This record gives sequence, C-alpha cells and structure tokens, in this order.
Amino acid sequence: MKQKQVQILEKHSRILRYTHWLNFVFLSLMVWSGILIYWADDAWIKIPNQVAEVLSIKFRLAEGLGWHFFIMWGFSLNGLIYVLYMIKSLEWKQIVPNRQTFKEAIFVILHDLKLSKHAPITKTKFNAAQRIAYSSAILMGAGSVISGLAIYKPVTLGFLTNMLGGYRAARFEHFCFMIGFILFFIVHLIQVARAGWNNFRAMVAGYEIEKD
Amino acid sequence: MKLKKTNIEQIALRKRLVSSIIFGLLFFTIVILSFLYVKTQSTLLGGTPSVLRHSFEWNEKVWSKLTSKTRLSVHKPKPPKGDVPRINGDIGLDDDIDLKTYTVYIESGNKRLSLPISAFYAAPKVGYSTDFRCIEGWSEEIQYAGVRFSDFIKLYHVGIKADGSYYSYVGLETPDKKYYVSIDMESMLHPQTVLAYEMNEEPLLDENGAPLRLVIPIKYGIKNLKRIGKIFFSDTRPPDYWANKGYDWYSGF
Repeated sequence: MKQKQVQILEKHSRILRYTHWLNFVFLSLMVWSGILIYWADDAWIKIPNQVAEVLSIKFRLAEGLGWHFFIMWGFSLNGLIYVLYMIKSLEWKQIVPNRQTFKEAIFVILHDLKLSKHAPITKTKFNAAQRIAYSSAILMGAGSVISGLAIYKPVTLGFLTNMLGGYRAARFEHFCFMIGFILFFIVHLIQVARAGWNNFRAMVAGYEIEKD
Repeated sequence: MKLKKTNIEQIALRKRLVSSIIFGLLFFTIVILSFLYVKTQSTLLGGTPSVLRHSFEWNEKVWSKLTSKTRLSVHKPKPPKGDVPRINGDIGLDDDIDLKTYTVYIESGNKRLSLPISAFYAAPKVGYSTDFRCIEGWSEEIQYAGVRFSDFIKLYHVGIKADGSYYSYVGLETPDKKYYVSIDMESMLHPQTVLAYEMNEEPLLDENGAPLRLVIPIKYGIKNLKRIGKIFFSDTRPPDYWANKGYDWYSGF
C-alpha cells in the first residue's frame, strides 16, 4: 500500500537552526551577565533596589565579568559562523531589505496590529517587517561586539573606542544594543507565538508544511 | 530565492520531527547541565568558578600579546584645576598620616630603601590627562602628575635582578597592609604608569590616596593603589586584593 505523501518546504537549514539556538543561549547569558555588571554602576536606567533583590543581581560584578568575558567568545564565533554562512549560501538576499521593504513593512505592521485587513502578499521567505527586524538583529550583534571590544580594551583597541566617540559613549552604545536585544526578543516571542506551530517547527526540524 | 519543495512520506516526516525534538531537548539539557557545572565548581580564588578563572587567564594571555608596550591611554583635555576626582573606596586609608615622617619602603632583592615623600618630589616630574576607568563601569577624565615608575626604578636601581633582567611582578601595599595589589612588570613599565602625588593639579586628597598613589591608566581603578606604603618586587605573583575577591587579576586594557 502506498504511503500518504506530504509536500514540505525546506525552510531553515541545519546550520541556520544550530546557530539560531546557540545564539539564544549565548545571548541570554550575555544579557544576564551584562546586567550583573551594569548593576554596579546603573548609569542610564536605575535598577530599583527591590527589583535587584528579587532578581538577585546585587553584588555580583565579579561573577558577571567572569561569565561575560567567557561567553563572549562563543557569542562572537557563533555570530561569525552565521554571517559567513548567510553570505556563502546567498541567503542574505532573503533578509536584507530592498527598495520596497520599508513601505511594505508599514503595511505588515498595520496588519499585525489589526489596523488593516489587507496583508501584503509575501512571495519570499520573510515579509518586509521580518527583513528589517532580522537585519537589525544582525547589525546589533555586530554593534554589541564592536562596542563591547571598545570598552573591554580601550587602550589596545583604542581606535575602536575613538571611532565610537570615546569610552563613555561606547559604553552607552553597548547598553543600547542590549536594550535593543531585549526589545527584539519580546517582539520576536510574541510574533512566534502568533505565527503558530508550523512556523516554530521550522526552527526545530527545518521544514514547513505548505498550506494551499 | 525560492525555498526547496519536496514530497515526503508521512511516517518519514514524523520520524524527522521526533528526532529533531529529541535533539533539541538534549541540547538544552546539556546547556543547563554545563551552566550548573560551571557554577558549582570548586572555586580557585574568591568565589570565581575555576572555569571562569581560567577564562580570565586565557584572555590575559591573548590580550597581553596583542597590546603594545607603549600604546598610550587616550589623551584627554585637562579637567579644571582643583576638580575633586571621584572618591570611591577607602580601604587602607583609615590611619592619619604625617607628611613629615611618611616613609615609603622599597624592597628589591636584598636592597631595602626607606624614602621620605620629598624623594618623590625631587625626581623628574611627568603628568598626563586621560580616562580613569573603574571596573564598576564609570569613568572620568583625570590629570595626574608624579614620578614615572620606570624612571623611578632606574633612579634607585631597584626592580632589576643580579643578571640585569626585571622582576616579573611588582607588589604594592598601603601602610596598614589592608589594601594590596600586584601588577605585571610590563604594565608597570608603561610610560603612563606614575607614582602620583598630584591629581587635577592639586596635591592628592587623603581620600584619593595622599601622599603618594599609583596611577596606571592602562588598568582598571582597582589596580591604582592609593597611599603607597611599600613597593616590592618578585618573580612569583604577590597577592592582590580584588583578584582574591574574584576579579580578573590582569584587569588591563
């Protein structure tokens, strides 16, 4: 007896899924240890004492630095592998915004917020808003590594520190990238939850079942 | 680019999904176990798990090779004369001091020196203005002046062994020995490493380490010992206050 056939789309390659989930682990650890460090001098957004106590992030600077300068290697290396893969496989074309992207993204956002009934037709892997979000995430990754190096080694890599406007500015930029990652993460979670199992499964097993 | 379409039997597809989920769960189990493993490991020094301590040491190896011996910490415009440099930390500064009788002890091999503070005023004076960076995260521009450490050891013929080579480490401590640091000789020989008696063009304040402190802008503030009571040289690494409390011993930029 012949088995029932299903048509699937190969959505996310193995290397893409591996780097995605590794990045999830590394980035979470970087943000967590970064907050342990930030608590010692909460320059821009004050961490209320009660919050710090509940999250148990007080007086853990040395531990935070230890983790941060350990995980940074994995985070950077994993990011580099991902970017090289995107370039080599030409998959960068699927996420880099093009001429229509910014206009289209507005319609995607209006649709997602239920302010418009007309979803723009997406013929490619990602829609316009996704293209912008994912491209920004990659740029933020690069930015956080560069600004991180600038405050980690402001003498050896002093040219980076100068390029970013000095030590204090580089530290602020590094902080902004972290905030950016947190915001990205929240929106990403909501959107993944909304998109459902078929979409999520693609990041686990690689395939999506095509709907007619 | 179009996504690749394939036809697959339903049973094979189910198998692929199940194995992916098992692999994913295994991945996260390994991640959580590794995290707990690092956290619960024996601590070598000051509560830092040994994996993270080794990572500090590995980073030190990498970055001390990449840095040049003479690359300067960025030049910054002088802060206004008399601006009070930020005061942070008072360990080792409890005792009252008398400038007239204050003595800095030097130990180098068999050589012992007891220097009055005037000996430092008499030596050639250098000054820089640059960033002072605290490991907590804040930084500020400071101006400082005093005797360059490399000039000082030449002047008094200390820090050098009988065979003409330098000792590997310099140790410094406060008169009450409550605060102490150790620093690699290479960083101590950096041109901006100064035994300072002035900050922001005024004599050092007690809270900033009067009458003589170390300013080493290529390292975090924790290494910039205030109120020097003793300087000594060694080939084994002398104890370091904050390294003993779990911080990176090298702490260099």
